[in-house]
Amino acid sequence: MMTLDWGHAGPTVLAAFLASLVEFIEALTVVLAVGAVRGWKGALGGAGLALLVLLAIVVVLGPTLAAIPIDVVQLGVGTLLLLFGMRWLRKAILRAAGVIPLHDEAALFEKEVATLRGLARVTQGWDRVAVTTAFQITMVEGIEVVFIVIAMGAAGGGLLVPASLGAIAALVLVVALGLVLHRPVSSIPENTLKFTVGILLSSFGTFWIGEGAGLAWPGADWSLLGLVAGFLGVALATVSRCRVRHVVEGV
Amino acid sequence: MGWLRTIIDECVGLFVDDVRFAGAILSWVILAGVALPRLGLPGFMPAVVLFAGLLAILVEGAVHKARK
Repeated sequence: MMTLDWGHAGPTVLAAFLASLVEFIEALTVVLAVGAVRGWKGALGGAGLALLVLLAIVVVLGPTLAAIPIDVVQLGVGTLLLLFGMRWLRKAILRAAGVIPLHDEAALFEKEVATLRGLARVTQGWDRVAVTTAFQITMVEGIEVVFIVIAMGAAGGGLLVPASLGAIAALVLVVALGLVLHRPVSSIPENTLKFTVGILLSSFGTFWIGEGAGLAWPGADWSLLGLVAGFLGVALATVSRCRVRHVVEGV
Repeated sequence: MGWLRTIIDECVGLFVDDVRFAGAILSWVILAGVALPRLGLPGFMPAVVLFAGLLAILVEGAVHKARK
């Protein structure tokens, strides 16, 4: 039986869990709006169908990437992960500095409810609007989860299962929150989560690009901690710098 | 097929929402990946230079956006 080094897999599970949590919360907001306005049959049908498609993508693409030489995967996936992570991190810095507004799940819910109410109702059979809306939002948010799971799983070297477990744990948590609350999960500090995930993904991306290019990292895997600390310190300092600059130039 | 277009746009948007920022990251990764191993820098220096460049891009990208 295959054994797993959780000291090695832990950061991957954490990154996949946190990133998936953010994405699933955004999808939940729209699925809840669809369910409340158009009925739960179409909302859950559309979301369920999208989850099956996403699962199929992971099952097909995950093992395919594992067949490619690890240094090629690390360079390619590391670069994509870096583009993805630094995009998130920059946006989180700008939101924390007040340059761009924070994501408001409650406002998004109200907007979605208003839009869905304005569309024609279906009295019998499947509500196409409900199915399509729930399918689309679950696919759009879920495709980011799929990318993170496959990237973290493949570039980490056989960590697809731990990365998937992290994403599934986030899905279970968000579904449970949705069942209990029946309203958008707006109390979770989403920007802090995105800030954290941006740092983790940027650090992994940087590390794997270095590995793929044959560069030596001090302390091997332990240098990930240094990368996280470096990104965190610089990101926090940049928040202050952007806040000051934004206030001064906004006056 | 509007949903398919949305998903494709979302896939591209995963990595690029600001061409200038994404272009800077990509250029640095390519430059560093090609040049650093050939420069003969000692020990961990190439990895440190790669990291320092990415931090500089992050700071410049955020400050540039804040200024706009």
